[in-house]
Amino acid sequence: MARNKEALVLLLDVGPSMHHLLPEVEKICSMIVQKKLVYSKYDEVGVVLFGTEETENELTMEVGGYEHVVVLQNIKVVDGDLVETLKQIPRGTVPGDFLDAIVVGMDMLIKKYSSTNKGKKRLCLMTNGLSPIKDPYEGSKEDQVNAIAEQMTSHGMKLECVVVRESVVCGENVSVMEENDRILNLFPQKSCAKTIFVESSTSLLGALKTRNISPVTIFRGDLEISPKLKIKVWVYKKTSEEKFPTLKKYSDKAPSTDKFASHEVKVDYEYKSVEDANKVVPPEQRIKGYRYGPQVVPISADEWDAVKFKPEKSVKLLGFTDSSNIMRHHYMKDVNIFIADPGDQNAIVAVSALARAMKEMHKVAILRCVWRQGQGNVVVGVLTPNVSDNDHVPDSFYFNILPFAEDVREFQFPSFSNLPASLLPDEEQQEAADNFVKMLDLTPSDRKEMLQPDFTPNPVLERFYNYLELKSKHPDAAVPPLDKTLKRITEPDPELLAQKKSAIDSLLRHFEVKEKPKLKKSTRRMREKPSGSDDEDNYRRISSKTEVELIENGGKVEKIGDSTPVQDFEAMMSRRDNPEWVNRAITEMKNKIHDLIEDSYEGDNYAKALDLLVALRKGCILEQEPKQFNDFLHQLCKFCLQNDLRSFCDFLATKGITLISKTEAADSDVTEEEARSFLVKSEPKPE
Amino acid sequence: MELDPDDVFRDDEDDPENEALRERASSKELVVYLVDASPKMFSTKCPSEDRKDESHFQIATSCILESLKTQIINRSYDEVAVCFFNTREKKNLQDLNSVFVFNVADREFLDRPTAKFIKEFSHLEEFFMKDIGSQYGIVSGSRENSLYNALWVAQALLRKGSAKTADKRMLIFTDEDDPFGNIKGGAKADMTRTTLQRAKDAQDLGISIELLPLSQLDREFNSSLFYADLIGLQGENLAQLMPAAGERMEDMKYQLRKRMFKKRIVRKLTFSVANGVSIEVHTYPFIRPTVLGSITWLDSVTNQPIKIERSFICADTGALMQEPPKRFQTYKNQDVKFSVEELSEIKRVSTGQLRLLGFKPLNCLKDYHNLRPSTFIFPSDEEVIGSTRIFIALHRSMIRLKRFAVAFYGTSSHSQLVALVAQEEIIDSGGQVEPPGMHMIYLPYSDDIRHAEELHSTTNASVPRANEDQIKKAAALIKRIDLKDFSVYQFANPALQRHYAVLQALALEEDDLPDIKDETVPDEEGLARPGVVNAIEEFKQSVFGDKYEESDNAGHKKVSEASKKRKALADSAVQKSVQYNWAELADSGKLKDLTVVELKIYLTAHDLPVSGKKEDLIKRILTHMGK
Repeated sequence: MARNKEALVLLLDVGPSMHHLLPEVEKICSMIVQKKLVYSKYDEVGVVLFGTEETENELTMEVGGYEHVVVLQNIKVVDGDLVETLKQIPRGTVPGDFLDAIVVGMDMLIKKYSSTNKGKKRLCLMTNGLSPIKDPYEGSKEDQVNAIAEQMTSHGMKLECVVVRESVVCGENVSVMEENDRILNLFPQKSCAKTIFVESSTSLLGALKTRNISPVTIFRGDLEISPKLKIKVWVYKKTSEEKFPTLKKYSDKAPSTDKFASHEVKVDYEYKSVEDANKVVPPEQRIKGYRYGPQVVPISADEWDAVKFKPEKSVKLLGFTDSSNIMRHHYMKDVNIFIADPGDQNAIVAVSALARAMKEMHKVAILRCVWRQGQGNVVVGVLTPNVSDNDHVPDSFYFNILPFAEDVREFQFPSFSNLPASLLPDEEQQEAADNFVKMLDLTPSDRKEMLQPDFTPNPVLERFYNYLELKSKHPDAAVPPLDKTLKRITEPDPELLAQKKSAIDSLLRHFEVKEKPKLKKSTRRMREKPSGSDDEDNYRRISSKTEVELIENGGKVEKIGDSTPVQDFEAMMSRRDNPEWVNRAITEMKNKIHDLIEDSYEGDNYAKALDLLVALRKGCILEQEPKQFNDFLHQLCKFCLQNDLRSFCDFLATKGITLISKTEAADSDVTEEEARSFLVKSEPKPE
Repeated sequence: MELDPDDVFRDDEDDPENEALRERASSKELVVYLVDASPKMFSTKCPSEDRKDESHFQIATSCILESLKTQIINRSYDEVAVCFFNTREKKNLQDLNSVFVFNVADREFLDRPTAKFIKEFSHLEEFFMKDIGSQYGIVSGSRENSLYNALWVAQALLRKGSAKTADKRMLIFTDEDDPFGNIKGGAKADMTRTTLQRAKDAQDLGISIELLPLSQLDREFNSSLFYADLIGLQGENLAQLMPAAGERMEDMKYQLRKRMFKKRIVRKLTFSVANGVSIEVHTYPFIRPTVLGSITWLDSVTNQPIKIERSFICADTGALMQEPPKRFQTYKNQDVKFSVEELSEIKRVSTGQLRLLGFKPLNCLKDYHNLRPSTFIFPSDEEVIGSTRIFIALHRSMIRLKRFAVAFYGTSSHSQLVALVAQEEIIDSGGQVEPPGMHMIYLPYSDDIRHAEELHSTTNASVPRANEDQIKKAAALIKRIDLKDFSVYQFANPALQRHYAVLQALALEEDDLPDIKDETVPDEEGLARPGVVNAIEEFKQSVFGDKYEESDNAGHKKVSEASKKRKALADSAVQKSVQYNWAELADSGKLKDLTVVELKIYLTAHDLPVSGKKEDLIKRILTHMGK
């Protein structure tokens, strides 16, 4: 196995008490595989279930025992089938024993990679830890854990346990749970393991790293307290934004017969003189110019290299200061972490001593850093202590970059106390606000902190990878609405809102908010439709209001409303101030029709949808956009057939709706005959 | 709502291209410097820092010069004019006597400063007497009033631009506290009256007049004689004038080169508090990394700007194409295509607003919960009445209860969980240090957080920890090296200051670079104080014992081992390299017949990078050979 490759065995509890959680488990497991398919497609994954009715694993055949553990998937290179498998995890019927599962998983890894152990080997356990562990044949459970942990360490495996605790457990389960927790917490002490407890399904989605990034140090060298005292440290990134993937541009120029076409698009840059557009300037003839007043001063790279600021690579202490001197909002960028050189015991102690002293004294350190030789700038930042409470993890420091004098813009704002009384809250209002802030608490005493960044997945990325998976199977699928679990990140928790209704109501009672009428809506403000959000209705209301205003303002329609959709569509199609309107109108109309059909009950919307479709057809012919209509009709029929809405297709056929043919619009590539036969043809072939 | 197809993809904040535009559009400053050039200004000598006597005139002009050099970087869209009065020659639009507006070619009298203008102005002394000349403009027996003329000229220059978008000022430098002192009787009263009237007219037009008086060594400038009335000062303000003016001059000379940004709203946001109640807030970029000014690419032969043309070429067919409407991602051995609309749809998970999700105690906000510079939020009742009141109530509650708000901030291009931290107003003698409001801190997602510290966790034994004594010694050390009044605003960015200095030297064709002090280097002297050295030694003894030197060496040895290995590799590569006739291989085009390993021998032997594909390696070898 190559160095950067990872072998992962998922150990999933499918016992009865886990059933309601399995949809989330399926999501996170398939997400792990989906991301591997994009970023590390040679990684290998195996899946073990426990708590199943059946028993199916090699150990039970070899030595007996290990019942109710099923190897759902032997370790193999990730592929699309694996995603499918993980999306439909079979439910089990008996309480499972996670220790058995861990041993089976280990056994799989050992058998597969006994001699070649260069890559990473990881076990990942997901359970609620509510089912009892069998007593071992000999020794205590602790001994068993120790033995397992030792094996794991010697084979260089890592174990991650994700334990889901949704609500307070009561009754006899408590003792089981406590024992299990104790056992699960033993692993981190004895081996390379990590146990994470999560409470909500949202945190479950964020509990596991779905993408492996091999960490690289950005600096290795001395942390210079003074010229006389240097501590060896390594600096890593602590946070770094995982960006939305950059997709390649797609070229459809290659003939469809070319199976090896890359479909890529190369972007070529040419430099031309502003004055003479025909004169091409070779790239090496370019020179950078900087503004000095109205002029531009050319500075060549060599010239610049000769005079530019060239600090030496070093990380030096400027001094310590009270932590209150640094405001939280001064942190400028993503965060680094300073760890003592792991091979230098003295450095580890030195860092530990400084970190602990700084924490006690509420001090922070100010550093000046030049990470690399030849770097053209310095950074000044603040070092804050990170005292570890895990015996196996060394103490370290977090490092945040601070602004320079030039980076702070001195904007002045009025003091709140100087504002007129009409803008200030009175005592009662203040009390209501106090109560509101107290009650809308995301850290209730009986539960874990909600929306902790460490366990909150990025909803946009989740949505992208899910859509990618969907599109790989259905290329024409539309973007699905945001997953329910992910909505807990973008919208307030309705449960919390319901619980604290009185505090919210009291706040709303005490304050009055009124929109100022007749103010032109700022274009910078966005009132976009969040796809698939609860907001949609709200949004529609707003937009229909703007629509009325707009019509009053001279009849420029910008949106297809619910009341007079056909008229709105025609008005939008005929707008000439921007060619985009036509496309926009068509797109909106398509959505409208789609929604109508989807929402219809026993065909009650069909007639309305037909009207719109006729209007759309007419508009597309007028605007020479036959393809738009034809594609849409294809799509629509496909959608109907897939979703048990065949009746609509039949309905269309009876009303004589056809594709737009060549005779109606020159741009169409559909012959008249094809057009007419379309709906007839779309009947499913007998199987 | 105008439809802008590009808008969906633009990262809304901090668009550097627009920055310049916005700056220009926002209000600017128009300044006329009025410098008294009477013989008295030249005759008085004041000892200056480098013990060379400086005349008042020199003080005034050097002050203006420094100010211009800063201004051209900080606020280059501001416009200035320099105007001397009590001169022998005259040059002004009204053709008034004793007033000379200094200027260079290709520039209006009141215009943006240019390099040429600054350069000429720095050589003023060489030609002033010859071309402009100094002469009292107010003499008894004549009706000429040079001060009146100067005010008139300045006011006429400042007629440019509307008072709404521009801040207009004139600054008078003089050491004559009684300009009409030598005039007698009615003429004096008359001239005083008309001059004051002229000043008042200017002020009525929205022009502010400031005075920078220069005192004689033996006698302080007495502004109550005349100027107090001119600039409209009374009582306490009048007493403050002199010391304030001194500070002002210092400020003008030693201002930081720093691009100024006008306060601008990034966004007007709807902040949804609960159950459909939304208030209006504005966001401001309070702290943003300053970058070197925007780069304009030039043709190095003609020094003319060049434009970049982008073209898309199909990799399969080589055909030129339009910007393709689709993107793709290779997934499960197939190309999954996305339209641009679909991609923006994915990114749009929330309306473009701020949604309150709940509150947490401040200690839940960890030091590593940070990704980007924060954004400042201030309420507004502009469109939603009642916003400020709710905002202030929440702000106060959050401060009192030591809590921050968690909210979801969704824009079309970027959606993020944010922490809203309430900041109380902080005022010191210099004014507002921290404005009241909330700071929006962008929180990372679990995908963004890494666990590097766990990489080196031990499996069996616990990691070493400091003991009580070691912590005590560390505490003693921390107390010794304390920065009492540390403020994040105290350091200038040395790289940026250097850049500005280089730019100025090149633009003004100055011979030597101005010295830029790097303020970020540690205080070596302070660290060498016995108290500090002792604390360090004790800490060292406690943590390292006698082994400090050793561990230091061990590190060096490790490094040298690695470099030794590298050296051995290079040596063997040099040896092997001799076996090939590289020049011939290159000439006959046979390099491509060698294996990558063989190619790397050449590269290693010549200390060149060995990364890349075979083609790259060959290209690199050929470049190195100069072929």
